[in-house]
Amino acid sequence: MTAVIEVQNLTKRYKDTEALAGVSLSIQPGSIYGLLGRNGAGKTTLMSILTAQNFATSGEARVFGESPYENPRVLSRMCFVRESQKYPDDATPRHAFTAARLFFANWDQALADRLIEDFQLPMKQTIKKLSRGQLSAVGVIIGLASRAEVTFFDEPYLGLDAVARQIFYDRLIEDYAEHPRTIILSSHLIDEVANLIERVIVIDKGRILLDEETDAVRDRAVTVVGDAAKVDAWSQGREVLHRDELGHVASVTVLGHLSGAERAEVAASGLDLAPVSLQQLIVRLTQKAGAEALAADTQEVR
Amino acid sequence: MIEEGKALFIQIAEQIEDQILDGSLTEESKAPSTNELAAFYRINPATAAKGVAMLTDKGVLYKQRGIGMFVATGARQTLLTERRSAFADRYIDPLLAEARTLGLGADDLAALLRERAVAASASEGNPA
Repeated sequence: MTAVIEVQNLTKRYKDTEALAGVSLSIQPGSIYGLLGRNGAGKTTLMSILTAQNFATSGEARVFGESPYENPRVLSRMCFVRESQKYPDDATPRHAFTAARLFFANWDQALADRLIEDFQLPMKQTIKKLSRGQLSAVGVIIGLASRAEVTFFDEPYLGLDAVARQIFYDRLIEDYAEHPRTIILSSHLIDEVANLIERVIVIDKGRILLDEETDAVRDRAVTVVGDAAKVDAWSQGREVLHRDELGHVASVTVLGHLSGAERAEVAASGLDLAPVSLQQLIVRLTQKAGAEALAADTQEVR
Repeated sequence: MIEEGKALFIQIAEQIEDQILDGSLTEESKAPSTNELAAFYRINPATAAKGVAMLTDKGVLYKQRGIGMFVATGARQTLLTERRSAFADRYIDPLLAEARTLGLGADDLAALLRERAVAASASEGNPA
C-alpha cells in the first residue's frame, strides 16, 4: 500500500521553541489514526503543515505523493477540522455547509442533514453566537459529511457533552465502515477514542514517542501489585514506567508483554496483575520521557 | 463488555464464540457482519474484521461470497473442546490460589463446589 502521507524529518521552530523536532511518519490509506499528546506537544502544528496552513522550518511533508503547498490537487482531497476554526462574522451554519459542499467533491448532503438533526444545530443563528459545543458540531458535521480522502479532526469535541461526543463517535464509525478513508483524530480523551483508532501516534515535545497498532499496545504494559519486596524483586531488570507505594504494598507498571506462563508465575507468588489502559500507558510513557529528558539536561549542565 | 489489557480483536472473537457456545448463534446461521460488530461494540471495523478472521482461520466461521459470514457445522464442538482444555488454567488455578490464601484445603473446596452447584441447579428449577 502506498502511504497517503509521508513525513521526513519535519522540524518547526518558533523563535525559541521547537514545536516539531525531526518528525518522521507515514500514514496509510483506509485507517483511523489517533494523534495523541499533551497540549503543546506539536499535534496541531503537524496537522497545519500537512494541510498547508503552516510552513515547516525544515524537512519534507508529502500528501498523496505531492507537496501540499498551493496545490489544489492535494488540498481538495483533504479536510482539516480545526479546534479554532474562524468563520466570517455574519456566517451561519448554513453558509458554512454550502461552502463546504462546493469545495468537497464527495460531500454527502443527506449525511449533513442527519447530523444537523442529531446535534440539533440552529441553522439560522450566526456562527458567532453559537455555543462552544454548537461551534464544535459545525466542524464535526463538515468533517464527516465532506468524506474527504484524508480528514483531520483536531480535538473536535470541545464543548460537546458526553451524549454529543457519543453521537460523533457512533456516526464516525458507521460512516467510516461504509466509506473507508483516512481519519486522523487528535484527542485528549484517550479512553474515549481508544477503541476507535486502529493506530496510535503519540507525540511529545515535538517528537514521536509511539507509533503502533492500537491492539498491539493494549497488552504492552502491565501493573503488578503486592508486597513491596516481592514486587521489586520481580520488576528487577524490567523496564519500570511507574512505581507507587502504600505501606508495604507497591504497585509497579512495567513495559513489556507477559506470556501466559509469566502471568501464572506472578499470580502464584501472590501478586496481583492489573491491566493498563491506553490512556494510562500514554501518561506513563510521556512522564518517563519527560523525566529522562530532564535527567539528560541536568547531566549536560554538570 | 470490553476490558482493558487484552487485544480487542481477541475479545470480539471470544464474544462471538460465547454466542455459539450458549446457542444464541446456531450452526449454519449468519454471523454478524464486521460493520455490525463495529457499530455494536463501538470499535474500529478493521479490528472487528481481525476478530472475524481469527474465527475463519479456526474454521469456526466460513465465508459465503457476497452473502456474509456463517457459523460452520461442528463449530460448537470445536469451541467446547478448546474451552474445556483451557478451563483449568483459566478458572481452577486462580480459585486454588485464592483458596490457599484463605487456608481452604482441597476437601473444603470440593464441599463448597458441590454446595454451590446444588443451589445453582435448584434455582434453575431442575434439582440435581
